[in-house]
Amino acid sequence: MERQDIVDTVKKFILEQFLPGEDPDELTTDTPLMTTGILDSLATLKLVTFLEQEFDITVEAHEADAANLNTLDLIADLVDGKL
Amino acid sequence: MTLQHYLDESVERFPERTAVREADGASVTYGELGALSDRLRDRLASMGVSPGDRVGIYLRKSIDAVAAIFGVLKTGAAYVPVDPSAPPSRNGYIFANCSVKVAITEKRFEEGLRKHLAAEGAGDTPLLVIGEAGGGAGLHAALDAVAAAPRVATIHTDADALAYILYTSGSTGKPKGVMLTQRNATSFVDWCSETFAPVPEDVFSSHAPFHFDLSILDIYTPLKHGATLALVPEDVGKDPQKLARLIRDARITVWYSTPSILSLLVQYGKLEDFDLSHIRTILFAGEVFPIVHLKALHARLPHPRYFNLYGPTETNVCTFYELPSTIPVERADPFPIGVVCSHLEAVVVDEEGNEVGKGERGELCIRGASVTPGYWNLPEQAAKAYLTTGVGKSAAASSERWYKTGDVVTEEPGGVYVYAGRKDRMVKKRGYRVELGEIESCLYRHPNVREAAVVAIPDDELGLKVRAHVATRDGARISVIALKGFCAQHLPVYMIPDVFSFHPELPKTSTEKTDYQTLLKME
Repeated sequence: MERQDIVDTVKKFILEQFLPGEDPDELTTDTPLMTTGILDSLATLKLVTFLEQEFDITVEAHEADAANLNTLDLIADLVDGKL
Repeated sequence: MTLQHYLDESVERFPERTAVREADGASVTYGELGALSDRLRDRLASMGVSPGDRVGIYLRKSIDAVAAIFGVLKTGAAYVPVDPSAPPSRNGYIFANCSVKVAITEKRFEEGLRKHLAAEGAGDTPLLVIGEAGGGAGLHAALDAVAAAPRVATIHTDADALAYILYTSGSTGKPKGVMLTQRNATSFVDWCSETFAPVPEDVFSSHAPFHFDLSILDIYTPLKHGATLALVPEDVGKDPQKLARLIRDARITVWYSTPSILSLLVQYGKLEDFDLSHIRTILFAGEVFPIVHLKALHARLPHPRYFNLYGPTETNVCTFYELPSTIPVERADPFPIGVVCSHLEAVVVDEEGNEVGKGERGELCIRGASVTPGYWNLPEQAAKAYLTTGVGKSAAASSERWYKTGDVVTEEPGGVYVYAGRKDRMVKKRGYRVELGEIESCLYRHPNVREAAVVAIPDDELGLKVRAHVATRDGARISVIALKGFCAQHLPVYMIPDVFSFHPELPKTSTEKTDYQTLLKME
């Protein structure tokens, strides 16, 4: 899977689940997600569950933090590294 | 007796026992914690800190931060802990607001803090900067970097001296500082000793951040008894599986947190994979525990004793309720907030301040040793929040202050209080006090916001959701990403609204006030 496909898939999920009605262009690959409350702790858990199911990967508990999930770029890096 | 006495006595009795342990395994003994806080006391004294002063603490939760707290207390000053994850503008405001004599911080926060202290007119506040907090090494290194300060004696202030100031959300748009005296704290900690009977073999969790009043039980109860304080880092604290592993690995025996984290733990923590039989007591406070999650937790961990603790920062815990050892499956109501603590008195009053009958609704008022003296530099707000005249039939004892909790309760048989709701616009989100008015003040700073009204709505998963209704100047909706990013510059992340709704204009009552009742029902 191409990196851009990962970004598009995750972006679509975040827009649908947590930002209904948002202009998709506003969500860029470096928009902060956790530090601005777009992803709160429950939303982060939902995102991790989605990543695991969608890409058939395992996200370790210690990886589910802002260092790995705060932007689409970071999320794509994390997923890409596990495929 | 002072808070610093508790540590001194444990240093004397248990010098080799572990006082504080971090999640990565770093730890200090009582002897080491005593010595490190003594060194900081000497350093602060040499910087001019003396009894009656305030000292800011802007550090990650760590052994260094615990030593900093005791170092400050030993000078006779009061400590002012702030949220290291909050915007530096908020922390700069807080330190300037209570004119701290010195602020202790980490290298990574220094630049932001200096900038915002200067913006508040307090740019000359001396900073004690440590490289990075962790394991006590950062504080040691910072103290080693300069010549040793002359040794001074620990000062045991009198019971009415301030011990710390905790800033909470303020309705006027700025945080307000709740002042707490030594007596306020020690009377509460002594009640904890009596009620939970700590022993040196106990390991207490420290889940709450130090600027949050749950930390008072966490820090001082174990340290008074020679037990161990297990620090839970902020990132682990929000992650249920990491948290379950930490509880197991640290062999925590007494857990204390808000219900929301326990709800996440039971739903997502995979508790069936962990042996947590060492937990003997689970305490929760700060908000209503949704009964469905509490029942699930109790079913998963049936052996500990469970206590619902209740109390605003202004009184700390003032009522408590021990859950029965079995919870009927059909139970649908939350548990009561319980009976008044032994060091306090309670009364329930109507709008005029007259005591209401048992079973009738009224506002809970609290009097006694842990009732705080007021807010830093806000005498008018304190005058509204506290009653100094007699309340109900206790008018004879009117020389003492009553704190009006703003919480509506009923008194049931056995002196058990049941929580019924709030009088005002403050809500609890994940245990944090959130003044909806403070969020509105932030939104009004946005150039395109014409009207803003914030409401809290019940939510099955989160317990409570904060929704912001906004009318913009140009009539177009603002990007939620942009608005959340804007809020993140001014508010801690837990205060950022969960949901935004945009309207051409907000509904008004017949007197042209924002119609919150209608807004509560609007999407």
